[in-house]
Amino acid sequence: MSGRITLATAARVLRQLRRDRRTLVLVFGVPSLLLALFRYVFDGAPETFDRVGGPMVGIFPLVSMFLVTSIAMLRERTTGTLERLMSMPLAKLDLLVGYGIAFALLATVQASIASAVAFGLLGLDVNGSIWLVLAFAVLNALLGMSLGLFLSAFASTEFQAVQFMPAVILPQVLLCGLLVPRDRMAPLLEWVSAALPMTYAYDGLARATSGATGACVAVDVAVVTGTILVALALGAATLRRRTP
Amino acid sequence: MAAIEIDDLRVARGGKLVLPGIDLEIAAGRLTGLLGPSGSGKTTLMRAIVGVQLVEAGSVRVLGVRAGAPELRRRVGYVTQAPSVYADLTVRENLQYFAAVLGMPRGAIDDAIRTVDLGGHEGQVVRTMSGGERSRVSLATALLGRPEVLVLDEPTVGLDPVLRRDLWAAFHRFADDGVTLLVSSHVMDEAHRCQELVLMREGDIVAVTTPDELRARTGEEDLEDAFLALIEARA
Repeated sequence: MSGRITLATAARVLRQLRRDRRTLVLVFGVPSLLLALFRYVFDGAPETFDRVGGPMVGIFPLVSMFLVTSIAMLRERTTGTLERLMSMPLAKLDLLVGYGIAFALLATVQASIASAVAFGLLGLDVNGSIWLVLAFAVLNALLGMSLGLFLSAFASTEFQAVQFMPAVILPQVLLCGLLVPRDRMAPLLEWVSAALPMTYAYDGLARATSGATGACVAVDVAVVTGTILVALALGAATLRRRTP
Repeated sequence: MAAIEIDDLRVARGGKLVLPGIDLEIAAGRLTGLLGPSGSGKTTLMRAIVGVQLVEAGSVRVLGVRAGAPELRRRVGYVTQAPSVYADLTVRENLQYFAAVLGMPRGAIDDAIRTVDLGGHEGQVVRTMSGGERSRVSLATALLGRPEVLVLDEPTVGLDPVLRRDLWAAFHRFADDGVTLLVSSHVMDEAHRCQELVLMREGDIVAVTTPDELRARTGEEDLEDAFLALIEARA
């Protein structure tokens, strides 16, 4: 692995995104729009927005980066650039970490804008630390990126890659505790949710916004980080130097 | 001396044996044309030489090392048939990235742009370019690392005749400098531009020859007719 190649990869990914203005506008703008929608849908029950708004800021990057990464990686595979890179002196980690750096930066901007809108304009009121919410947002972006990287290996078209979002991410949104506390779900689902990474991502965010810190948050961070590393390892295994 | 040695190479793609057992040597420092109709296995053979093709059996050695070995990744340049560059980056941004991967200085970028005659297009986004221009960007990225072996899959297809002539002249210059080139084409009228010829058909090597030898052997002046005569003589 080489720092020079890793940074060049991150810069290249960011350049590609910079050229795609519409995607950037959507990535940066849609979370704020949805937060505003949420705020006024629950106009009569502001405590719901206060409970869910903070975690939502941190969950958006997961969904966005999952989508962006799976399409970007699929393009690398289908346009032959991945094959070219694999025939060059580039370590797989250079590519994975390069993508990670680029999307972590993107997620930081995305979550900062969403936080500014939620806490500044929409009057979101949390007891916990906004900085912890931002840190989780970046961690979640890396989770979304690593899952997207791995799953893109199973898509052969962009249509398929996009369908992984409702198939893989939406069930986790339903089960993670964001909409309904997990202990009120059917026991089987509660058990299933304990095995899903987004559950810990949400749990950490919920604790962060309610002002809890310490051991419980550390466990959440550890589970999410572990999942990122496992997904990256699986993703690296799908990057083959030789193909049929 | 051979830069590429292939021994009983067998490759299956989609359950079909595309290369049923090939033996071939490619001379070092020469410009070798790999000619044959599309579907004859040229691309598969080139992929095996670069080391990106899963093979069933046999050995491929490049510069004395197993094809695809890490130490070859700097020494072998490869251009796929479809341009493999980032369509949403400019010419220069593409070359800057691949130069960083190869650890090449800025000067290599300007040299590569000059060789493929893309001066003045450095700031153009690849997506807005024509097919021929895109394949030249793709070719330029392979030249960046100044490789000892260049494997070019149909690099001149669809290009303007003047540019085609200039590119072949550049390929000859590389060969004069000691670079081993393997250039594929499905049009026989490019055969006369090569120093050595490998003719392929249906996964088989029909002949390893030179343009002059091929004409002499078949008594045909036109290389397309000579190829036909060879195939008919085999049947």
